[in-house]
Amino acid sequence: MSSSSPPAGAASAAISAAEKVDGFTRKSVRKAQRQKRSQGSSQFRSQGSQPELHPLPQLKDATSNEQQELFCQKLQQCCILFDFMDSVSDLKSKEIKRATLNELVEYVSTNRGVIVESAYSDIVKMISANIFRTLPPSDNPDFDPEEDEPTLEASWPHIQLVYEFFLRFLESPDFQPSIAKRYIDQKFVQQLLELFDSEDPRERDFLKTVLHRIYGKFLGLRAFIRKQINNIFLRFIYETEHFNGVAELLEILGSIINGFALPLKAEHKQFLMKVLIPMHTAKGLALFHAQLAYCVVQFLEKDTTLTEPVIRGLLKFWPKTCSQKEVMFLGEIEEILDVIEPTQFKKIEEPLFKQISKCVSSSHFQVAERALYFWNNEYILSLIEENIDKILPIMFGSLYKISKEHWNPTIVALVYNVLKTLMEMNGKLFDDLTSSYKAERQREKKKELEREELWKKLEELKLKKALEKQNSAYNMHSILSNTNDE
Amino acid sequence: MAGAAGPGTGPGTGPGAAGGDGDDSLYPIAVLIDELRNEDVQLRLNSIKKLSTIALALGVERTRTELLPFLTDTIYDEDEVLLALAEQLGNFTGLVGGPDFAHCLLPPLESLATVEETVVRDKAVESLRQISQEHTSVALEAHFVPLVKRLASGDWFTSRTSACGLFSVCYPRASNAVKAEIRQHFRSLCSDDTPMVRRAAASKLGEFAKVLELDSVKSEIVPLFTNLASDEQDSVRLLAVEACVSIAQLLSQEDLEALVMPILRQAAEDKSWRVRYMVADKFSELQKAVGPKITQNDLIPAFQNLLKDCEAEVRAAAAHKVKELCENLPIEGRETIIMNQILPYIKELVSDTNQHVKSALASVIMGLSTILGKENTIEHLLPLFLAQLKDECPEVRLNIISNLDCVNEVIGIRQLSQSLLPAIVELAEDAKWRVRLAIIEYMPLLAGQLGVEFFDEKLNSLCMAWLVDHVYAIREAATNNLMKLVQKFGTEWAQNTIVPKVLVMANDPNYLHRMTTLFCINALSEACGQEITTKQMLPIVLKMAGDQVANVRFNVAKSLQKIGPILDTDALQEEVKPVLQKLGQDEDMDVKYFAQEAMSVVAQRLRKLDLPVKDSDEPSAPGADKNHFLRPRGPGEDAGKVSRDRAARVASEAAVEAAQLGVGTQPRSGPAYQLCVNPRETLAHLEIVGLVHFSQSRD
Repeated sequence: MSSSSPPAGAASAAISAAEKVDGFTRKSVRKAQRQKRSQGSSQFRSQGSQPELHPLPQLKDATSNEQQELFCQKLQQCCILFDFMDSVSDLKSKEIKRATLNELVEYVSTNRGVIVESAYSDIVKMISANIFRTLPPSDNPDFDPEEDEPTLEASWPHIQLVYEFFLRFLESPDFQPSIAKRYIDQKFVQQLLELFDSEDPRERDFLKTVLHRIYGKFLGLRAFIRKQINNIFLRFIYETEHFNGVAELLEILGSIINGFALPLKAEHKQFLMKVLIPMHTAKGLALFHAQLAYCVVQFLEKDTTLTEPVIRGLLKFWPKTCSQKEVMFLGEIEEILDVIEPTQFKKIEEPLFKQISKCVSSSHFQVAERALYFWNNEYILSLIEENIDKILPIMFGSLYKISKEHWNPTIVALVYNVLKTLMEMNGKLFDDLTSSYKAERQREKKKELEREELWKKLEELKLKKALEKQNSAYNMHSILSNTNDE
Repeated sequence: MAGAAGPGTGPGTGPGAAGGDGDDSLYPIAVLIDELRNEDVQLRLNSIKKLSTIALALGVERTRTELLPFLTDTIYDEDEVLLALAEQLGNFTGLVGGPDFAHCLLPPLESLATVEETVVRDKAVESLRQISQEHTSVALEAHFVPLVKRLASGDWFTSRTSACGLFSVCYPRASNAVKAEIRQHFRSLCSDDTPMVRRAAASKLGEFAKVLELDSVKSEIVPLFTNLASDEQDSVRLLAVEACVSIAQLLSQEDLEALVMPILRQAAEDKSWRVRYMVADKFSELQKAVGPKITQNDLIPAFQNLLKDCEAEVRAAAAHKVKELCENLPIEGRETIIMNQILPYIKELVSDTNQHVKSALASVIMGLSTILGKENTIEHLLPLFLAQLKDECPEVRLNIISNLDCVNEVIGIRQLSQSLLPAIVELAEDAKWRVRLAIIEYMPLLAGQLGVEFFDEKLNSLCMAWLVDHVYAIREAATNNLMKLVQKFGTEWAQNTIVPKVLVMANDPNYLHRMTTLFCINALSEACGQEITTKQMLPIVLKMAGDQVANVRFNVAKSLQKIGPILDTDALQEEVKPVLQKLGQDEDMDVKYFAQEAMSVVAQRLRKLDLPVKDSDEPSAPGADKNHFLRPRGPGEDAGKVSRDRAARVASEAAVEAAQLGVGTQPRSGPAYQLCVNPRETLAHLEIVGLVHFSQSRD
């Protein structure tokens, strides 16, 4: 698996020249050097040589009596796995299996009445044998999904067809969940979910559709699937911070949440508050934020009373140092405000606008800009206008300050517009705040001094007590030693 | 859930009001409450971190009756604040009145042990474990055990996870009836349906087994272990491997064979590479725990499989353990086992396709020579070493070279020197400066083992070439290397081989090389002693005081300060002082600064030696500083900036130097120069070496 395949001549010359200079190769250079790699599945362990496959007759040439038998034989033949890391071994057998898989896909999608009860077991066995495997260790331990090329599954030429077959099977009009549930059970689903960690986006895409179909057709598995996704997410948030398929699982959840019956069960609310909201803390939020925000908004559209806890939750996890995430949070808040009810808005306006006021005065202009864009949103503007008496005092200080101090002229221009809008909403209050601004600042400074003073006193008190204690301990000691002397 | 902490500062409860007048003892709790409700997280965090101050001020009684209930009831805060709180409470026993009252601390810690954030929970558990030791046996059963039970049967997985870490601390001191209950709770957590809880239980299984009675270990722990080791999730199974080490230590050989080994064998062949990796990673511990007989029958074959595992991660982990495994074999028969059962597999790994595997092996393989003795080493290991010395991956070669001392003891290094040399030369010229740096660091060791002749003949030129490397870190390491070599080979050698070459560089057209001479002198003067320093080095340093580049001049000042203690007073008085005085009048601000600093040090030394020093020409250090700051400043400069700039300039000097390679250019310490203190910019410079010309002058 060594990636030391010699790079193209020109590139290598450029790199070594760069390396001569500093020894730090830039990421882009390193990447150019590395070829697209693929990854074998850890499942394939050298078990000696594979039996050679012999082509079976075509299904379409068989009589209808033989067809069923032949179908099962072909399924069994496809259970044999090949090593795709070795690109020269078993070429003939690999080709036979590929052709057979293609034929099977075609067979189940064009013929009716071929998915009979007796075939289910072989079908599921074939699927399991091919797709269920321990995912191999990542080649690139500091894999950055945003920057790096994913490692692709080496055996994709076969696996793709197996997934294809699986989907056609699930979607076939002949497919009967009542029979399939004997084979597609909790254990099956559990293994399927683990595959979502695959680094290969093509595989995750198939898995997404497959899981969606299973969730739709197997009512008995729904609660289980939700719970397992729950566990995967919790593990992702609190234990490993690594799982490749978060976005795909969230996408499925988006449609699941859409279908929740009202009133929402406690289980679902708990999922929102204890899983989805903490998920915002993840390092790689950018990779799945769109899907996550969609899920959150789905919940709020179902049940508006969740608005307050959700916004308070987001405020709790508000990014402290990552401006990129802060911009995402602001985007999500705007999505929520788009659907918020005015009564709910009143409940959270104070903490929310305190945060927005901080964002507006962020020295990172993208954060400030994103927050100021709220004032371009008609609905949000109407909410602000309704509650201007509350919001203006919260926002005024920051806006006033940045209108004078921000380094970025665009931001200053935006702030002037916002101040103008706010002034038009309540001119009187605006004037009052302007005139009391200085006094307010001074009061804050004074408070600051008082705090310091108090802590100092407290420290002194501590010292005094410690001294007393020491003295009394000393006295005790001397008393004791006196008694001993006697 | 969140948030109550934020907004609540009502009017009138300002700290002023709380602390105002009269009763001093009244305000701490008010201050705390006020601070804990502050909108600024940092202030809330500060007050939590000073919790012990507050508790001390309150006294034990009020801490118990007011502070703790307040903490338990009102804190729903940011995780960072909670973490600080969890940590503080672990050391609070004294502040609530000693062991008799330790249980008062349980309620706040209990709620902290149920929060979602892992770090907070873990810290709370850690504090609870600490406090459990301070409980009396009665209090433990009355308060602590019930808490563990509550956590163990909590609704949300977090509390059950936390409970797992508390069983082992309360079990040993509990009564038999309670013990049975504790075991029951632990059992149910081991089969919890949340994998997070099973993982927590599996990771504490070994620890819990250690405090159990042997019968219970056999009747209860082993079945739990068996179940966890065959869990459907590999993340649980791999933790069972860790537990295996502790459990194996407790059981007799027969029990081991019957109860544990089947599971361990299964783990070594698990279908998940993570589990197999864990077995490889814990191999030495397992080996010690199961004893020599089972090792020979079971572990060695398992180890062979791990060494040829299909995943490189597993092979690398196993390769790391080769030496330890061999060392821990019973001496009798050890050689045969290694030669017949281990070595063939090692030979394969030398040409593995994965460089991590090879480099893991290279880092331990040399250790085998002491175990196998001279003849085997020469016959079997040497070819492997030689192959690895030629490996395409520099890390492999480096790992071999860095462990040469092991081989040296057994067969002497001469056997290797023929192959060693090309390997060293290649590493010395590697394109990656980190590789060059690594090999430099082994030079003194190599020099010691190869001897002075071999060194002079083959390696000396390399060492000198590093002095003019284009990366500062390499030049710096090369300088230190010279010093260590002189310590090894003595001053005479230095005088003949090193010093002349170093001094020649003082005339180099590249000012960086001229500065390297100064750095070498700084490093070598002490090792070389007074005579060489005074006679050979000092004249060169003094001559360089007239260099056209300011950077060289202020380094002259620094060098003079450095070698001052080695020189005798005549030289100081007659030669050094005048030069420093002249530099003290330099037009460049920094040269002036360092000259004055050096002057004060030299003057101090002269005064110590009771030589009369006229007050007028003894600028004291603060005086020098003052002069420095009082110079007329350009627009926009402030005193602070100047000193900051200087600090930054000096600090980044090293890095910036690496950036400036332009031979013959005259780098001036102009404003542009002072700007390059940002490390990122420095890196940028590194990449455009040769393009940077600092030709502006300050005025």
